[in-house]
Amino acid sequence: MKIINIGMNHETAPVELRECLATDPENTVRALALMRDLECIKEGLFISTCNRVEFLIATESAKDAEKSVISLMAKLGNMPKENFSSKLYTNEDRDAVMHIFRVASSIDSMIVGEPQILGQIKEAYAEATRQKTSGVILNRLMHKAFHVAKRVRTETEICEAAVSISYAAVELAKKIFHVLKGKKVLLIGAGEMAELAARHLMAQGVSSMVVVNRTFERAVEVAGLFKGRPVSFDEIGAQILDVDIVVTSTASKEYVVTYDQVKNSLRKRRNRPLFFIDIAVPRDVEPKINDLENVYVYDIDDLKGIIEINMAQRQQAAVKAERIVQEEVGKFKKWLETLAVVPTIVSLRDKADSIIQAELKKSFSALSHLTPDQIETVHTLTRSIAEKMMNDPIVFLKEKAGRETLNTYLDVTRKLFNLDRNNGNIE
Amino acid sequence: MTFLWFNLALILELLATGGFIVYIVKQHKWVFQYSYWILVAGFFCHTIFLGCRYYFLGAAPVLDLKSALSFFSWSIILAYLVLQIKFRLMVLGSFVAPFAAFLMIISSVMPWTEGPVKPLFKSLWLTVHVGTVFIGNGLFAITFMAAIMYLIQERHIKRKRLGSFYSRLPSLATLDNINYYALIYGFPFLTIGMITGSIYAQYALGIYWQWDPKEVWSLITWLFYAALLHERLTVGWQGRRAAIMSIVCFCVLIFTFAVASLWLGGYHSFDNLGAG
Repeated sequence: MKIINIGMNHETAPVELRECLATDPENTVRALALMRDLECIKEGLFISTCNRVEFLIATESAKDAEKSVISLMAKLGNMPKENFSSKLYTNEDRDAVMHIFRVASSIDSMIVGEPQILGQIKEAYAEATRQKTSGVILNRLMHKAFHVAKRVRTETEICEAAVSISYAAVELAKKIFHVLKGKKVLLIGAGEMAELAARHLMAQGVSSMVVVNRTFERAVEVAGLFKGRPVSFDEIGAQILDVDIVVTSTASKEYVVTYDQVKNSLRKRRNRPLFFIDIAVPRDVEPKINDLENVYVYDIDDLKGIIEINMAQRQQAAVKAERIVQEEVGKFKKWLETLAVVPTIVSLRDKADSIIQAELKKSFSALSHLTPDQIETVHTLTRSIAEKMMNDPIVFLKEKAGRETLNTYLDVTRKLFNLDRNNGNIE
Repeated sequence: MTFLWFNLALILELLATGGFIVYIVKQHKWVFQYSYWILVAGFFCHTIFLGCRYYFLGAAPVLDLKSALSFFSWSIILAYLVLQIKFRLMVLGSFVAPFAAFLMIISSVMPWTEGPVKPLFKSLWLTVHVGTVFIGNGLFAITFMAAIMYLIQERHIKRKRLGSFYSRLPSLATLDNINYYALIYGFPFLTIGMITGSIYAQYALGIYWQWDPKEVWSLITWLFYAALLHERLTVGWQGRRAAIMSIVCFCVLIFTFAVASLWLGGYHSFDNLGAG
């Protein structure tokens, strides 16, 4: 049995192509149904997100399966094969296992370490089990993939540091205030980015939001979104006495918050820390304010700088994650190899079992005077003799799993025990 | 037997320090947990050692610099272990343990001086005086550590260079909070220590206050800490300024502890406390 992965991702295919296959949520069910009908595909799984389309299948004949999957994709996307076949990658066996582990651990993602992918894969797997296209091999493989993803997340810093502006701002706020619960936020200007930052801050439990805008109507509107309080532009000075975090994003050409304004408020604020998040270009907060004690000013470039560093950190963590993936691929490969031994072991056991049954039947009349307990003992005895006899050969075969000589040994075993001719029939 | 406990405490505290340093670099939680429990074990041995010494001497074991340093180290660890229960701040250990271990190392290389203890020192007043002063000192050592951590973290945030310490150190608010707590609990201990000391002086020497160098420097230390506390409570000092002031205060305290006891003479100096 081979494991094969065919797919395209954000690196190999443009978005126009990916969306042909990924947009329709019904596609997953359709893809799984089509795979189920194909003789050459034993087990199948279909993952589609906005950044990737992946087929994962278990098959006996890799070539046929690959061909069928490509024509299946053409059917799903309603387009000729030539449109996309050059954008596809195909991984076999070890590479396929590694690929799916990397995808699940978010090493292969566009934003390395982003957390959604694992949920999407879990959902794809759940759908495959609902559609009954997942069997022994994919079940094991997917559970291993989830395990690897969890290991990567706990053992590396791959998804620790923030990689978006608004999230980076929230992380900084937490490093200053520890918890944001009960903190007060002043929103000056109401752009989209400021709104996003405000939303993140609200999610962290800030207690109140005051909104200032040049046009008061817009302030009222935005304040409504966050259950905040709209105030007029002239009140900024008064509000600074009270709040802890200020988010600015106006289109103003001059500074909206000046050095003197903040300096004069410090004593009245009793030196409580004050954090400015300035996402406006040109800047709204006079940069010199950062020199004041217990006051911190971060503008958009500062935040971008942090994100760049964090991105680099994630890349570094990804190196460590790759090591974990390698390790787990090795383990999985071992398991896969033992699968080849399984049919022989099963027929060996079956043969022993049928011999026991036949012999017991023969001796039945001679044993008829025994009590049920004694009969049970005879059964146990025969079974344990057979098991002891078979133990060494089985252990030997398992040890040979994955070696080149395995097939020879399997062959010898089948001949030695006469496993392929009339299994149940003993002289 | 007694010294076995001392050596055991020293070894365990050094081990814990090593562990705490590995923890701050590697950030593995289990490293912290091992280090923490090793430190607890070290503290336990240290406590037994102090108990034995107290039993043999019949007086608080602080009468020479060696014993005083070991007692100082013990009280810092005590303060840390108590605050750890409240703050659960793993990285604090990485700062406190090395300091405590450092004092222990100095203590361990000094020779044991075995002499008869003056009957004067076999007094409960002395024990209370020394005990409260040192617990206060232990807590002040924590304010000092928290202040250093605060300044490092603050510098990172102000300069916008979020280096490796940035992620390892806790938030500014937490550090300021620890600094504050250790201060408001440490100050009453120092105050009680000085009052009981003066009562003991009256009882032993017949005079409450005699402008001995150690007394004067203790008073200066007390005034420094009183000023810090006052500014914090009334003016609302916090953050950077409070952190710098805590460091200044602790330097004065160390001066009082070491220099005033060793070189300035007076009845508090170890020369006069020892055999005589």
